[in-house]
Amino acid sequence: MNTLLSNAVKKTTKIKNTALFLSTALLMSTSALTQAQELDIKVTNLTQGIHFTPILIAAHDGDTQLFKSGEMASSELQMMAEGGDISGLSTMLTTADKAENPAMGLLAPTMSTETMLSTADGNMYLSVVAMMLPTNDGFIGLNSWKIPTEAGMYTFTVNAYDAGTEANDEMITGGGAPGAAGIPAAPGMNAGTGGTGVTMTEDNAYVHIHRGSLGDDDLAGGKSDLDNTVHRWLNPVARITVTVK
Amino acid sequence: MISINKKLALTALVTVMLSACGGSSSDSEEMVVVVPAPDPMFTYTYQVIVTNLTYAQPMSPVALVLHNEGQLWSVGEMASVALENLAESGDNSAVLAESIVLSGQGGAGLILPGMSEMVDVSYTVSDENNAPTMLSLATMLVNTNDAFTGINALAINNLAVGESISLTTSSYDSGTEKNSELMTTIPGPAGGGTGEGFNAERNDIDKVAMHSGVVSADDGLMVSALTQAHRFDNPTLAVMVTRTE
Repeated sequence: MNTLLSNAVKKTTKIKNTALFLSTALLMSTSALTQAQELDIKVTNLTQGIHFTPILIAAHDGDTQLFKSGEMASSELQMMAEGGDISGLSTMLTTADKAENPAMGLLAPTMSTETMLSTADGNMYLSVVAMMLPTNDGFIGLNSWKIPTEAGMYTFTVNAYDAGTEANDEMITGGGAPGAAGIPAAPGMNAGTGGTGVTMTEDNAYVHIHRGSLGDDDLAGGKSDLDNTVHRWLNPVARITVTVK
Repeated sequence: MISINKKLALTALVTVMLSACGGSSSDSEEMVVVVPAPDPMFTYTYQVIVTNLTYAQPMSPVALVLHNEGQLWSVGEMASVALENLAESGDNSAVLAESIVLSGQGGAGLILPGMSEMVDVSYTVSDENNAPTMLSLATMLVNTNDAFTGINALAINNLAVGESISLTTSSYDSGTEKNSELMTTIPGPAGGGTGEGFNAERNDIDKVAMHSGVVSADDGLMVSALTQAHRFDNPTLAVMVTRTE
């Protein structure tokens, strides 16, 4: 097999660079089945007013999912989405390759963080999650992106999800424990107080695309403790660049 | 190729003029004019069709540019003054004059919601290695404080004549003007025609981010000059780039 491939490479060098590139890609895709991959991963917060809590990046097998749209959140996902605690999801990921909290804390609006990840056999899918502050249970979510075997730089964006585990009351109460109402904190500007609550129910208990925050223009009252000119967003909310070496 | 014909015609004209000049000069016995063979020229022309996908956000005259380094904006970086001009007032002239621009073309006028405009941009080089490698486009959503959308450094180096790239664009906030939505700050028709455009003061986060959308008076920002009609979601433009030469 090796002789065959190296012959092929020798031949193609004589012909064309593009052909050589193709056989190199073939070599790599063959070896990827038996060898680990080295990845550089960059996550950019695209929003103007939302912070990301510690980010969990995982390369895992095809049977693992951190979340799935249209299904109920696991208690581990709930911990992350309501309070920014990724330890539950991390513990759940026994065979995955992980990069935890690459930003060493909050990732502020428009900022980027980079990390490296070495993936083992069979961990061919990439997932990324982090809670969005200030929200009740909003999170950025990448679910099982197939890691390419061909070397190169791959860039894509991800959307904001709602874990479906907590009513989006938009009240900044410090409530970050699973099941506790309210938003744990608003690290950026313009956190309000005295809101009466946007809603007290969460009728969609499945993971879904976040409908966005409402906010209001009264920082000392109104329905929401969020500022409607600061704490809203439109999708996408994050950009991920993966460099496969 | 048109450019070669033009060059030949120009050379012929110069020859005639020089001969005429030589003929009228009584002192010189004879004048030998050596006209070098024209260098081969390569012209790259891109036809760009821009469609406004919004409900009620006219787009300012586009800035369409070819370049082979740099980019018009970068999330997390400060907006250039040229971009600030475009994003706050809709004036594309400074972007068209950016130092990275090899060749630029402004749009004919506003692109109204639902409307399309076709804009061509060309660049001629004598060495194919100096062909433009990137295409960028920017336009303001004029019923906003400082929202813009466009294409940032699209790779066009592999685009053959007759080939197209179609894409949709998301909207960004230049971060240079607070999203007050006050009538006095909206240069588009929603500001009543008296809203301020460019102001060198930077009273927002001073970093480019993705835009969070407008709030409007109908959705809880009482001081806003905007209505529900001015709200937008991503994407805001559909763009088709075709290499025609």
